[in-house]
Amino acid sequence: MADVMTTEAPAAAHQSEGAGTGISNNKLLMWVFLGSECLLFGGLISTYLIYRSRFHTGPAPGDIFDIPFTSVSSFVLLMSSLTMVLALSALNRGDIRNNRLWLLTTALLGSLFIGGQVYEFTTFVREGLGYTTSPFSSAFFTLTGFHGIHVSVGIVMLMSLFISSLRGSLRQEHSETVEIVGLYWHFVDIVWIFIFTVIYLVPSPTS
Amino acid sequence: MTATTTTPATVGEGAAAQPLGVYTRPKGGNGWRDWVTTVDHKKIGILYGAAALFFFAIGGLEALLIRLQMATPDGTVLGADMYNQVFTMHGVTMVFLVIMPLAAAFANYLLPLQIGARDVAFPRLNALSFWIFLAGGLFLNTSWLFGDAPSGGWFAYAPNTGVTFSPGHGMDFYALGLQITGIASLLSAMNLIVTVLNMRAPGMTLFKMPVFTWMILVVQFLLLFAIPVITVALFLLLFDRNFGANFFNPEMGSDPLLWQHLFWIFGHPEVYVLILPSFGIVSEVIPTFSRKPIFGYEFMVFSGIAIGFMGWGVWAHHMFVSGVGPIAVGAFTLSTMFIAVPTGVKILNWMATMWGGKLRFTTAMLFATGVVSMFTVGGLSGVTHAVAPADTQQTDTYYIVAHFHYVIFGGALLGFFAGFYFWWPKVFGHMLGERLGKWNFWTMLIGFNLTFGPMHILGLQGMSRRIDTYSPGFGFELWNLVATIGAFTIALGVLFFALNVIFSARRARGLPPVGPDPWDARSLEWFCPNPTPVHNFDELIQVESLDEFWHRKYGTDENGRIVRVATAEEVCQKGDATDVHLPSPSYWPVVLAAGFPLIGYGIMYNLWLCAAGGILVVMSIYAWVFEPPDDPDGAHGHEADGAAEPEEAPVG
Repeated sequence: MADVMTTEAPAAAHQSEGAGTGISNNKLLMWVFLGSECLLFGGLISTYLIYRSRFHTGPAPGDIFDIPFTSVSSFVLLMSSLTMVLALSALNRGDIRNNRLWLLTTALLGSLFIGGQVYEFTTFVREGLGYTTSPFSSAFFTLTGFHGIHVSVGIVMLMSLFISSLRGSLRQEHSETVEIVGLYWHFVDIVWIFIFTVIYLVPSPTS
Repeated sequence: MTATTTTPATVGEGAAAQPLGVYTRPKGGNGWRDWVTTVDHKKIGILYGAAALFFFAIGGLEALLIRLQMATPDGTVLGADMYNQVFTMHGVTMVFLVIMPLAAAFANYLLPLQIGARDVAFPRLNALSFWIFLAGGLFLNTSWLFGDAPSGGWFAYAPNTGVTFSPGHGMDFYALGLQITGIASLLSAMNLIVTVLNMRAPGMTLFKMPVFTWMILVVQFLLLFAIPVITVALFLLLFDRNFGANFFNPEMGSDPLLWQHLFWIFGHPEVYVLILPSFGIVSEVIPTFSRKPIFGYEFMVFSGIAIGFMGWGVWAHHMFVSGVGPIAVGAFTLSTMFIAVPTGVKILNWMATMWGGKLRFTTAMLFATGVVSMFTVGGLSGVTHAVAPADTQQTDTYYIVAHFHYVIFGGALLGFFAGFYFWWPKVFGHMLGERLGKWNFWTMLIGFNLTFGPMHILGLQGMSRRIDTYSPGFGFELWNLVATIGAFTIALGVLFFALNVIFSARRARGLPPVGPDPWDARSLEWFCPNPTPVHNFDELIQVESLDEFWHRKYGTDENGRIVRVATAEEVCQKGDATDVHLPSPSYWPVVLAAGFPLIGYGIMYNLWLCAAGGILVVMSIYAWVFEPPDDPDGAHGHEADGAAEPEEAPVG
């Protein structure tokens, strides 16, 4: 990035080289968007923290969470960040084949996580924790649901990249697009680290 | 450094070799199609302004209805329920559909010009912001047609706005409508932040940016971080109302203060979102008509930034009587008093700018001084709210109504009128009439003080806000009548403005546009001829100082006296460049935006509509991505400017 950062060329051909950050517009847009997302999840996590002990007559969080299961699906999601990095580095080398492989792997790992979430939700509902059971249940499903939707959007973006790669239109010069999708993907993973800690790892109230 | 001169022929080859697009792009041209598909920041700015003034008329009519109802004791103009709907929609309209988009209008038109750019960083995204805003605003107002407008007040306190106490779809319209306009504000904030950070003209460091640009930048950061918080609050309310969630249901043990906290964590930064753009406009107008540089530029900028930061730490002063506890009340009293300091810095700097200047009281300057004086009144009554014991007496009385109208009408709206008079020649190529302008100013100023001044007294006498009638004998009659007379005086002032717009356009018909630099102004936008040509700058400007335009016109002689070194005609560009590459118009912003109201109606009436809206949105996003980056037949200096399109932009 060093060469980009020193854009003091007097007769800059590109306007953005006039007085800018040196980060491309598209990438900066994603960074700014992720800054906003922090507050979205901040609001949802705060709501959950206020309501985690308000389980009314329904199941308490400490009674219902299956921490080993969620740990495994969390591990799967975190590993997808690794494969996302591998996808980007393959494209940076011009290795289209491996780029496709890792893009697909990342999407699959993300889908595995979503599958785990669907399983977890249905189990909870069967055990009596519905969306309308208590303030705790509403806050839990809303927070994890919003995260799940973010992962799903990420999967759609990854598959779009994968398909455009199959059509031959994702080449080495487009690696920044993959990097930007990667930024989003890593952000969603990092948010999950917070959510996992707050919901599952911090000792939960029991009934 | 300037635009290259690639011929269309080479472009044709390039486009053929790179079949990126599935859909062709519209050609531009003129007529209504041009306005619907435009991605030009200037046209989008005008669209924002026109839409905001349309909603201003609606919100103003609502205000007149409120004042008619309150003119006499036991008013019978509106019933209690209708009164609730009218004051709620008046507040929502004025905050979200008038002041915010007016700021967006000025920001869109002026910000790229003031930083010497040819457009914003993402022109299509910019168009999308406008169309989503318009879709959300129309969606909100269609609640009248469904006979069920929101009635829970503009801050919509849950659980009062839950399904138990607010049955019907009114509050769903509120939650969904604000969600939609929130998307527009968020996209616009992201776009403008990237524009300011990345697209400034060569040599323009952050501290050579005009104060207006700075204030808009601060506002965009406030929006960036505040919008997601109200997004959360609105989602929770929506889920409570439609899916039976328990966020605001005290019977199930929910916290009735949750909504208030979430709303005001958004709501207080929002207050600064409303006022800072106007502060920016005043900071441009006053130096120009005082013939002095702004006093303490760095202080102006840093106090704006300080307001931006401190605005996050004062929200609970809206909740002093909600039972947040003595420690919270004490802490928020302190922080609220502190935030008066940077605001006071601005007031003093404006006065110091005028001090010793050669003042010219044009209409724009009158409105700007109106902001300085009226905002000071509102700021001082604001300090009285910061004192919690006093606030306990003032909460939910007309004193509060007086306060926030002094800051939002007296501060924000008068500032936008200053901006209208100041930049009208820049936008439309002719001046607004000064004679009618002065009528406009004085009727509005007098009407404004007649309306809201007495409300201080009414409030301290104990008249509650939001009551639909009052009985005779409490001493409320006189001041309510005065306020109603004042409201119609304001309406007269707005009428003068409308007449001014019409007459000045008629007078200018057939005449050449006004010459460059009608005000002896200071900042970069005045390098362009009036009205601004579609490509903005013939060539990019090498910026060396704050007030670059002024410094090109004036120098100092051997005695250190300021002398004119160049005429405006010499300094201004001709606007005759023909080889500048411009981004092509696009259909997709307006199509994509149309999906959102469908989703909104769908959630309330029929989920199939929701599906249709969702499909429209998703398809438009893909169509957007696969649109060719540019019109292959258009002039194409691809390396020439920074108006880069979000090719394959991963966000919708």
